Amino acid sequence: MRFGVVVFPGSNCDADCHHAVGTVFAQEAEYVWHEEKDLSRFDCIILPGGFSYGDYLRAGALARFSPVMGAVVEEAGRGKLVLGICNGWQILLEAGLLPGAMLKNNHLQFRCETRHVRLENSNTPFTCTGHEGQVLSLPIAHAEGNYYIDQVGLKDLEAQRQIVFRYVDSRGRVSKEANPNGSLGGIAGIINKAGNVLGMMPHPERATEEILGGTDGRLIFSSILQWWGGQ
Amino acid sequence: MYKAKIYVTLKEGVLDPQGQAVRAGLISQGFAAVEEVRIGKFMEVVVATHSATEAQHLVREMCERLLANPVIEDYTFVLVEVV
Repeated sequence: MRFGVVVFPGSNCDADCHHAVGTVFAQEAEYVWHEEKDLSRFDCIILPGGFSYGDYLRAGALARFSPVMGAVVEEAGRGKLVLGICNGWQILLEAGLLPGAMLKNNHLQFRCETRHVRLENSNTPFTCTGHEGQVLSLPIAHAEGNYYIDQVGLKDLEAQRQIVFRYVDSRGRVSKEANPNGSLGGIAGIINKAGNVLGMMPHPERATEEILGGTDGRLIFSSILQWWGGQ
Repeated sequence: MYKAKIYVTLKEGVLDPQGQAVRAGLISQGFAAVEEVRIGKFMEVVVATHSATEAQHLVREMCERLLANPVIEDYTFVLVEVV
């Protein structure tokens, strides 16, 4: 599979993502500068974490107007896979590829720690090797992961099974304590209606090798490979 | 030229963690009467046009497309003519 890892000014997880798909999973991986306008050579595009454009105005607000985002929208429309991680998810929200918005964490702190998330939908290209209810241990690192959407939008997300991950405790239960940022319903990741664009706050690329402290993030990448192989 | 004074505020009902923290700070300073604090953004944009109508139109477009996120924020602005 050919992976493109988009690099915005201020991205800082691009090398981690490139390492995960290019080295750990031994796929073709290429960095893509944010000024590129053609992403048609890729099967999967990753928007990595970081602080694109310094998070000025709002996280992701300026990155969405980068030339590359036009190409991301185009390829998403063609059914290519798009994975936005952390700041990447914030950019997808600002670009309107996913619904809702991010608020500052309810405690105003930047949280960098390992958290449990529960897989809510295993019928997606990003989670098809897992099973619903499965609890993954993944690193988070953000100050604005407090996902918000209005009640109508939330009902729609639930009805369409677009909520893919929720923060839970180690036994898989949603609770206030298990929620690291105040996100609505403990939402940690959502997918679009077409099922090819996923945004998530936790960092699967930081959990792909034992030396990193965990391998639960492998599930996301092995799912992508399996799903794409079956196409 | 016109200067737009733009206020971007969180929509009613959207949680404002910063506002809550500042409210707690004010109360701890003895301002017991503080009921609520909401924090927003203030921006000034100078537009090179002689037409108030055009300035109005441009600034609204800027707010809709970039300066405010309609999912969580509202905006208002006033235009002041500058020479």
